[in-house]
Amino acid sequence: MADMAIKKKRPKNLDLPTIRLPLPGILSILHRISGFSLFLLLPFLLWLLQGSLQSPETFAVVKGVLAHPLLKIVALGLIWFYMHHFCAGIRYLLLDLHKGIDLESARLSSKVVFAVSIALTLILGAKLLW
Amino acid sequence: MVNRILVGAHYGLKDWIIQRATAVLMAVYTVLFLVVLAIVRPDSFEAWRSIFAHGFMKFATFLFLLSLFYHAWIGVRDIWMDYIKSGGLRLLLMIATVAVLVGYAGWATQILWRM
Repeated sequence: MADMAIKKKRPKNLDLPTIRLPLPGILSILHRISGFSLFLLLPFLLWLLQGSLQSPETFAVVKGVLAHPLLKIVALGLIWFYMHHFCAGIRYLLLDLHKGIDLESARLSSKVVFAVSIALTLILGAKLLW
Repeated sequence: MVNRILVGAHYGLKDWIIQRATAVLMAVYTVLFLVVLAIVRPDSFEAWRSIFAHGFMKFATFLFLLSLFYHAWIGVRDIWMDYIKSGGLRLLLMIATVAVLVGYAGWATQILWRM
């Protein structure tokens, strides 16, 4: 019966191609996509950690895997996903504390998240992968 | 007839707090780990292994991984609740998620203490 009341006609706009997602919205969906991707790749990441710590031989295998150009791109993508999730997560924690909840600062902080996470990704990629 | 409003058992609030507490733990570890990397600059197997051989780093890494698995459970469960409409399939996916995450926790213990 509660359903009946909710199912009244309400204006809807679900014509997705015409909706322009603002930057905080892109940040939000990327937070979800990055988190889920990192979850799916956990076995691979744990395998890398295990190999890197087990013996000099397995360490060399891990090093060899990460030396492959294609895997370097994947690793760089994973670093970016991690850094995006990290920076966007800190932004959400601040929003939880009611810091920067007005539209202006929320838009600005989403720009900061993209700038900082991409910069960190490039620095870490340059130091660790190349 | 008693008119009751069901408000749940507040397990949503508990998970909300755990998601954030684990996030803070992981954020602190991330900064700590990057600082350790910058200081040690591991360029060999021995140097890399020595980071995790240290008792405090072993403990901190284990705490980070446990936080990660619990954090992942809450996030992935939210994704299943948002997108999977079929109750049976959703339950199956949730059970599978818990199963792999508990397995990863065992695996992480083995990685850190049998290295």
